[in-house]
Amino acid sequence: MKRIYMDHAATTPTDVEVVKTMEPYFSLKYGNPNSIHFFGQEARETVEEAREKIAHLIEANSSEIVFTAGGTEADNYAIKGIAWANQKKGNHIITSKIEHHAVLHSCQFLEKQGFKVTYLPVDKYGLIDPEDVKKAITDKTILVTIMHANNEIGTIEPIKEIGKVVKDAGVYFHTDSVQTAGHIPIDVNDLGVDMLSMSGHKFYGPNGVGALYLRKRTRIVNLIDGGSQEKNRRAGTENVVGIVGMGKAAELAKERLTQGKEKGIVKLRDKLIQGIMNKIENVRLNGHPTKRLPGNANFCFEFIEGESMLLSLDMEGVAASSGSACTSGSLTASHVLLAIGLPPEIAHGSLRLTLGKDNSEEEVDYMIGILPGIIKKLRALSPFKENWEGLK
Amino acid sequence: MGMYSDKVMDHFKNPHNVGEIKDADGIGEVGNPVCGDIMKIYIKVKDDKIIDCKFKTFGCGAAIATSSMITEMVKGKDIDEALKISNKAVAEALGGLPPIKMHCSNLAADGLSKAIEDYKQKSKIKK
Repeated sequence: MKRIYMDHAATTPTDVEVVKTMEPYFSLKYGNPNSIHFFGQEARETVEEAREKIAHLIEANSSEIVFTAGGTEADNYAIKGIAWANQKKGNHIITSKIEHHAVLHSCQFLEKQGFKVTYLPVDKYGLIDPEDVKKAITDKTILVTIMHANNEIGTIEPIKEIGKVVKDAGVYFHTDSVQTAGHIPIDVNDLGVDMLSMSGHKFYGPNGVGALYLRKRTRIVNLIDGGSQEKNRRAGTENVVGIVGMGKAAELAKERLTQGKEKGIVKLRDKLIQGIMNKIENVRLNGHPTKRLPGNANFCFEFIEGESMLLSLDMEGVAASSGSACTSGSLTASHVLLAIGLPPEIAHGSLRLTLGKDNSEEEVDYMIGILPGIIKKLRALSPFKENWEGLK
Repeated sequence: MGMYSDKVMDHFKNPHNVGEIKDADGIGEVGNPVCGDIMKIYIKVKDDKIIDCKFKTFGCGAAIATSSMITEMVKGKDIDEALKISNKAVAEALGGLPPIKMHCSNLAADGLSKAIEDYKQKSKIKK
């Protein structure tokens, strides 16, 4: 059977070249980078090279990169670290309703500690208005944290414009860049961010490693205490193998971006979106038509539920994702789809297809070919037809 | 996908008794759109025996499979006997369901009970 992977926003395959680069660091060059001897120094050098590559990907200085165990830790570190370090200055944080749970739940945790959080609304495309950020800033605001692009609907936020507003107010600005790093060009100075979270496995690196870009002179406290690794900012023996892999992945991503390779993915994505919108009725595209991640396509098919779509696609060899209650692991539909104004019954019918660098046009054609039949079959089971007739 | 038993997947792939019964003697609807599961169970009754049962379901794999399963379980049963079928029994007949699905999507027996209630109400009015 065919095996087609269209869930690259969940995780990407680790690039073969990345794996090759990592291999020697398991059993040959296994030193602890903090050791004085040559095993240690060999590892230290490699870690610093990887740091350079990651800094280069986002046009930062390598001294501003702190390695973490992933994107979630980077988000936690940025948000809690800034809040705790600056609580004498103020107790107000601004974020949005469509952030990843790593950000939302960090903010909710801080609320329990007495911090005040503003959750900004988004428009029907999932866009945050920089004006809303400006209006929400008070003299108590210490941090604004807004994602670079949304993981579900793919909308790319106006980070640069928000960055200007935040800088004018003299407030720290963090962006969760887990979905954009390695996928679209990033320049931290152009964006005007003080902190930026990244995750290795989202751009063909390994799992279990991420990084936080931390602008010089940012006032932050540590999340993980212990040894003096990462210049006393993140304790724990460095995940050398992971860091090497993430560094190589960053190098390869930078090469692809320099060559404009993401444009090819945009082309495939648009073909997928057009094909599905043309062939199926009662479907809507979620997210912005153009301000969206190169590989992201997200739809709602009315009158049916997401998990049943995923099961049907799985049987046809296609791996996809959805924002329905069943797949969100909670009892409600995705908070992102509800925030863009979709009623729950429609949000449950969402399907997210995220393309990667190795998806072919043939795979996109196959998907456009099989989906109408799957939707038709599931709709035949549904008690709803046009206009959700009979919905209480 | 691995999360469901083979039996659940069988019913999901080839659901039994899909559809509406135009002159149904009882109709039961359970679930709500917020949770993403709505089941509609239709029954045809003769001499207090269920002679036909169909369903229409908006929901996940478990919701579809349990709906399909119950239509199979009740055909030919007396209504009192049918009322004794629990949601748990439906899940067991399917070889079990993932724990998270036991609450949200395992409502077929409730749907059937509602259809039988509806039938009882209607037949009272007739008498």
